[in-house]
Amino acid sequence: MLRYLLRSLLLAVLVCLTVLVISFALARLGGNLAINLAGPDASPEAIAKIEHQLGLDRPLPIQFLDWANRAAHGDLGDSFLFHEKVSQLIAEHFPVTFILGILAIAIAIAVALPLGILAALHEGTAADMAIGMMALAGQAVPSFWLGLMLIVWFGVTLHWLPISGVETWTGYIMPAFVLAFVAIPAMLRLTRGGMVDAMRADYVRTARAKGLSRASIVLKHAFRNAAMPVVAVSAVQLGFILGGSVVVEVVFNIRGVGYLAWESIQKGDFPVVQAVVLLFAIIFVVLTTLADLLGAALDPRLRAT
Amino acid sequence: MRHRIALWLGVLIVGTAAVVAIFAPLLVPHDPFAQNLSQRFIPPAWMKGGSSEHLLGTDQLGRDYFARLILGTRISMMIGTTTIMMAGFIGTTLGVLGGYFGGKLDRVVMFIISCRLAIPLILVALTVVSLIGSSLTVVMLTLGLLLWERFAVVSRAATRQVCGLDYVAAAWAAGCSRLAIILREVLPNIAHHLVVIATIDMAIAILLEAALSFLGLGVPPPLPSWGLMIAEAKDYMFFKPWVIEIPGLALLVLVLGINLLGDGLRDALGAQTER
Repeated sequence: MLRYLLRSLLLAVLVCLTVLVISFALARLGGNLAINLAGPDASPEAIAKIEHQLGLDRPLPIQFLDWANRAAHGDLGDSFLFHEKVSQLIAEHFPVTFILGILAIAIAIAVALPLGILAALHEGTAADMAIGMMALAGQAVPSFWLGLMLIVWFGVTLHWLPISGVETWTGYIMPAFVLAFVAIPAMLRLTRGGMVDAMRADYVRTARAKGLSRASIVLKHAFRNAAMPVVAVSAVQLGFILGGSVVVEVVFNIRGVGYLAWESIQKGDFPVVQAVVLLFAIIFVVLTTLADLLGAALDPRLRAT
Repeated sequence: MRHRIALWLGVLIVGTAAVVAIFAPLLVPHDPFAQNLSQRFIPPAWMKGGSSEHLLGTDQLGRDYFARLILGTRISMMIGTTTIMMAGFIGTTLGVLGGYFGGKLDRVVMFIISCRLAIPLILVALTVVSLIGSSLTVVMLTLGLLLWERFAVVSRAATRQVCGLDYVAAAWAAGCSRLAIILREVLPNIAHHLVVIATIDMAIAILLEAALSFLGLGVPPPLPSWGLMIAEAKDYMFFKPWVIEIPGLALLVLVLGINLLGDGLRDALGAQTER
């Protein structure tokens, strides 16, 4: 187990370092940043001055080492646009995105688990097929469009919920639901598959033979075994949800990290973009590594691979 | 039986979309780019005030919505097909190499997959498009270069499984080269998994392009990408909801069709591929 733990951690660190390099390279993809910032009409002197101020006139490897060194010490540089520390900006914007992500994954679990179990217990019946079709249709709905349609229905026609912002808690309902929607089909399918396998397993037959009640068999024996992969997938899905929050935050005008990144991308504020890409990558790596280790701790068979 | 119905429904939807995409210039009733400011927001033919002249009405610049929707089908299908070709090539190459040779090479492949998964897809795509400049080609290349991980994961697992089978050992014993085994024994036997993955990735690519265009960093105007149509019509949706309903429904139906096709093919081909 210790060997497995060390290997997972090493891999996680290596992935984070690679993403660090990629996110640095990404901002240099478009050629000259200083021209972007100075605007199209700027004089060569003005551009040179900006380049010098930002250290962009130094060789690329030096720029990278400098940035990586500071990033490792928690200093992600200053935003070109807001004239504020990037770490400060992210700290201000992250809580909203985080709350949204947690709510979304909670909604997704609350919807996907019961439906998945229901489908598995009625395998092959009309109910199973209906749930399967719902998952398939749900996967086809574009999330930004769903957000807009909900705004039109619940925000404008019915006046039930606020159409933008999260000043009150009701503002979280629609965006969290839209984010959850993306994760539900995958989680539902996984729950169903796990439960179908578990209900056919020997230990469930044994439990039946012992004369245990159906509720006890389903919840205590089958579900416990089927739940493990669902926990792992929830962690991965939370990572995807956070990374995909930009669309929903723009639709609902929520000033989270996703919105910040979208604004920064459009205005060429690359220290912020780099930092957000890195942040989401690290969150994803931490979540998947935790899920991985949890799985290995509970199921020794997984450690072999 | 249900799967047969679902499969054929998928074939019907995707087939229609393909025909519409290929013959789009012949099918448009009006020029999809021609503006006419005196004819703005004519509602669809079945609504009050609609006319059979503009079947799905006109947009905020008086452009025929039906013509734009048809040309939009072409954009979505082009994005979908080029993405799966590029991503399929990259992902399958990585996956088969890792799965067949194992060892160090396999670890490298797994590491590349882990890195790709850690990168927030939408943010990186947005950044790349904003830096290089938005055009249909840039969006296609970006998505193709980013969406290969599912191909890699599945082809790696399938290759490992196939490599343990007798016919691969027999081919090796008969003196076939590694390349010949990969091309003639492994690839044909994992192809059914790849077909299913192709449908999944095609659906994802189409949805992603729509999202990027909606966020203003995808296909540039005046091209009628469905995502861009929704973005442009967004300011008017409170009074004329049909302006976002029509392109949204088109997107939903096409992606659902692709999903149905993939699901049906999986059952028909017996591929136990995880979605």
